[in-house]
Amino acid sequence: MPVMPDFELLRPDSAEAAVALHASRPASRYLAGGTDLLPNLRRGLADTATVIDLGGIAELAGIRVDADRVHIGAGTTLAALAAHPGIAAELPALAQAALAVAGPTHRESATLGGNLCLDTRCRYYNQSTPWREANHYCMKLEGDVCRVAPKSKRCYAAFSGDVAPALLALDAEVDIVGTNGRRTLALAEFYHDDGMRWLALDRGELLAAVRVPLAPGWSSGYEKLRIRGAIDFPLSGVAVALARDGERLAGLRIACTGVSSRPERIEGLDALVGQPLDDAALAQLEKLVLRGIQAMETTTASVPYRRKATPILARRLVTRLWTEAA
Amino acid sequence: MKSVLRITVNGRAREDAVAANALLLDYLRDGLGLTGTKQGCDGGECGACTVLVDGRPRLACCTLAHSVADGTVETIEGLAHNGRLSRLQRAFHEHLGTQCGYCTPGMIMAAEGLLRTEPRPDRDTIRTALAGNLCRCTGYVKILDSVEAAVQAGEEAA
Repeated sequence: MPVMPDFELLRPDSAEAAVALHASRPASRYLAGGTDLLPNLRRGLADTATVIDLGGIAELAGIRVDADRVHIGAGTTLAALAAHPGIAAELPALAQAALAVAGPTHRESATLGGNLCLDTRCRYYNQSTPWREANHYCMKLEGDVCRVAPKSKRCYAAFSGDVAPALLALDAEVDIVGTNGRRTLALAEFYHDDGMRWLALDRGELLAAVRVPLAPGWSSGYEKLRIRGAIDFPLSGVAVALARDGERLAGLRIACTGVSSRPERIEGLDALVGQPLDDAALAQLEKLVLRGIQAMETTTASVPYRRKATPILARRLVTRLWTEAA
Repeated sequence: MKSVLRITVNGRAREDAVAANALLLDYLRDGLGLTGTKQGCDGGECGACTVLVDGRPRLACCTLAHSVADGTVETIEGLAHNGRLSRLQRAFHEHLGTQCGYCTPGMIMAAEGLLRTEPRPDRDTIRTALAGNLCRCTGYVKILDSVEAAVQAGEEAA
């Protein structure tokens, strides 16, 4: 593996100071847990003259459970997120998704914000420099053709974070700090369907916190498809939030990961709400999930497999939550 | 560019001039000569570089040395005291948890991190705690046996 490029390392103690430092240095990158950025820097997938380490910013850490919502600092580690009793009890999809990321040692470093901003992944991009060079590079870095879809004008690298679909299903919003102050976005607005520009962050903006509403009567879960039981990124991941009222579905939100350039919230599920969750409804649900995803040849698992497996993953999870809510 | 890193390594407070881009792994191995911490995949995929930072198992290849400034780092070299192996080291030795030995420091440090928060884990909990550590000899059964034996030894000693 090549050596780490040279860079200047800065450790600000507030979000505002971090944003100001970023603005003063044109080529800088924010560093959180480091499990994504540091290997990418060494593999030549990222380059920077300045690294701004966010680890010393107190505001970014911590979980606060209020009466109607949970506030989570973006610097909270995935291990802390998965182990928090309030999260596990109130927002099981979030705890399950945090626990599904990589392995336990990664989760001690990796942060919520880092997982939400995870670089998109592709079998043609996450390779060594000699490999990519021999393949004449790709659009995402140094090349001009998307190897997954050569006629395409855009990059199809897949968003592969586990936590984002859980937070989409839970209707979360994010707090962003920039040089012009703070703003709040629905998490669904935080992502673009583009493997090269998948985050709706302006230059130098920093993801500071996530807020998740508490919805009494709703249950949730996350299921992930991968080859090994640990470390692997998702071939496909599905998060579901569901409310049941007697024999009728009172609410349903589904989001997927690994099968599109952004975490994908499935559209059209409102048609199922108010109905019983019978075979016809489940068949319709599978159709809607399939319509909402765009699996491409970004992983070693085939596209037909992921197109078949993702709706079934959703159907199983919805059925489980429905049964448990009885 | 180097700057001063204040850090405690295996119980000893240190101040060293360390480059901004130095990984914790490079600092331990090249700076301090603590080569017990292994460099495996170098990208967070194998767990051979697992060390304890403030008591928690972390990947030294995915951590900048300066990011753990003012913290406490423990490596495999810090486990034995006066030539006496730790409970986990002894169990790995006696139950053949070590084959080629390359993954062993990472396995032991990950298991050490587990035993500090959960002194009596069952086999599934041990499996989960070691899920980020690969053994290229595939000697996983003996590794799990070794950690279980260390847990038992701890119970007998208690």
